[in-house]
Amino acid sequence: MSTTSKPLPVIPVEKKKRKYYLIPTYIAVVFYLLFLGFPFIWMFSTSLKTPYELLQLHPSLIPEGFYWQNYIDIIEKRGLINSAKNSFVIALLTAALTTVFTVPAAYAIARLRKVFSGIATGWILISQVFPVSLVIIPLFMAVRRIGLLDTIWGLVLVYLVASLPFALWMLKGYVSSIPVDLEEAGAMDGASSFQILVRIVFPLLVPGIVATALFTFLNSWNEFFFALVLIQSPENETLPLTLARFMGSEGQVLLGPLAAGAFLATIPSLVIFGIMQRKLASGLLAGAVKG
Amino acid sequence: MSSVSTKEVKLKKAKKSKKAKMYNRGAWIYAMPAFIPLVLLSVVPLSQAVWTAFTDSVAGFDVKVSFIGFENFRRLAGDTLFWQSFKIGIIWAVSVTFLSLFLGFGLALLLNQKLRFLGLMRVLSLVPWAMPPVVVAIMWSLLLRPQSGPIVDLFTALHIPGAKTDWLGDFNTALPTVILIGAWVGMPVITVSILAALQGIPTEMVEAAIIDGANAWKRFRYITLPAIRAITSALIALNIIWNFSSFGLVFVLTAGGPGGKTFVPALFAYNEAFKYGNFGYAAAMGVVMALAIVGMLSIYLRATKKEDTQR
Repeated sequence: MSTTSKPLPVIPVEKKKRKYYLIPTYIAVVFYLLFLGFPFIWMFSTSLKTPYELLQLHPSLIPEGFYWQNYIDIIEKRGLINSAKNSFVIALLTAALTTVFTVPAAYAIARLRKVFSGIATGWILISQVFPVSLVIIPLFMAVRRIGLLDTIWGLVLVYLVASLPFALWMLKGYVSSIPVDLEEAGAMDGASSFQILVRIVFPLLVPGIVATALFTFLNSWNEFFFALVLIQSPENETLPLTLARFMGSEGQVLLGPLAAGAFLATIPSLVIFGIMQRKLASGLLAGAVKG
Repeated sequence: MSSVSTKEVKLKKAKKSKKAKMYNRGAWIYAMPAFIPLVLLSVVPLSQAVWTAFTDSVAGFDVKVSFIGFENFRRLAGDTLFWQSFKIGIIWAVSVTFLSLFLGFGLALLLNQKLRFLGLMRVLSLVPWAMPPVVVAIMWSLLLRPQSGPIVDLFTALHIPGAKTDWLGDFNTALPTVILIGAWVGMPVITVSILAALQGIPTEMVEAAIIDGANAWKRFRYITLPAIRAITSALIALNIIWNFSSFGLVFVLTAGGPGGKTFVPALFAYNEAFKYGNFGYAAAMGVVMALAIVGMLSIYLRATKKEDTQR
């Protein structure tokens, strides 16, 4: 991860003007990135240390060698693959269902009469304000009643409930930013409202949908507490649960595999961010503000 | 002549809005199926949770639940431990929000310049968001390990006074430390959002200001700040809501300790529900927290609105 400190020496040298005035900016950015990235760097370093090295009183940032055994260990013996698969399936289902449910609803809320959109917005706000951990109580009982406790579908259900309001709010903002004139023009030309939705609104909404779906996916991928409450058997465990198990009673001896697993668990999110970088910069919440 | 044309425009508008209304009615029908799962999956559980606050519901199979009116709230009013935790929750939510806003704004300003490796830098600045929260908590508790942890070692090497403090275990430093970590977690979303607003500023505008002789401060005051005002108030409102009702980080880092110094109300309610099984009482706490946030936000929103109208 030496990349964080890389930018410093390579000050851009243009043909005519050297941008010396940017040096303080680079230094400031490097400090910021060290602050933000240090736990991640430390995690990577820890994942390469031998059990013996991990027991040292004053740990060093640079590991003595590359001890890949931690990675092999967590993948082969600790069911990391299975938990990753569970997490992936759950996050994917949650993101897909959230999108299916919220796109038409967000459209209706943004475009329908003021009364409806007022009620809907008020409810979204309340559902954000009320601690989700408590909404879980009746849901937990309902999930138990229908026999979905300790199943992947039960968790998907809970994540759906937790993510619907905010996803709706985000999407509503994106819909509002599409000019109504376009749709009215479509209506004037005789398109049905279904055609308007599919041919005019949907294509313009794709970036917003992608942002909302990825946001939901990452939240579900990383979620810990509901999984802790709902999942009991190891074969249904999600990634955060498996990782947390290393911290508990089994002690610090397993720090190496834990760090290796945590490092691997972070990679998908970073890759998504890397791909999404431009999209993210064009506004994750910018859509929400316009609503 | 002019009156005729306005009349024409009016007529056209009326015709247009009538058409628009008609297709709106159509949209309503298409949206109906979408609202059914929303109602089932969100409105119903939420209403049930609020309803639970007025019952004596406890954990366990086949326990009879009965309506007890405001009894839970009466009990809660006299619960000094909860109100103490409530105060900590407000300090926590407000401090985390403004600290992460301040730090995130700074980083967004830096990343808005033409730097090398900008893409890489932006991705790296999202690391706290990419790490699973449980991993974040584990890593920070490792880094902050008392006596010989990396941060203690670093501070000792830099001769920082009080370097050997047990940051998460000390009465005075536990809450500030947790707040700093909370801000670390909250920074990426804020940085990304503000950066987006900054990039929306047209370069021509800045160039024109430079030609007109506006100095850096004036450009910041009259171009940059107005451009990020809307997103900033949205971020403040959202972050206060999220932080006030979040407890995962605190749960893993300190579990509310030492001596209840970091016992945020969301954790209090969580414990009440899932540790002691008092669902009804915990739900009452949730209702009180929700009302408090709505109160705080309406004051905040009114203040920002007033500022807007004064402009």
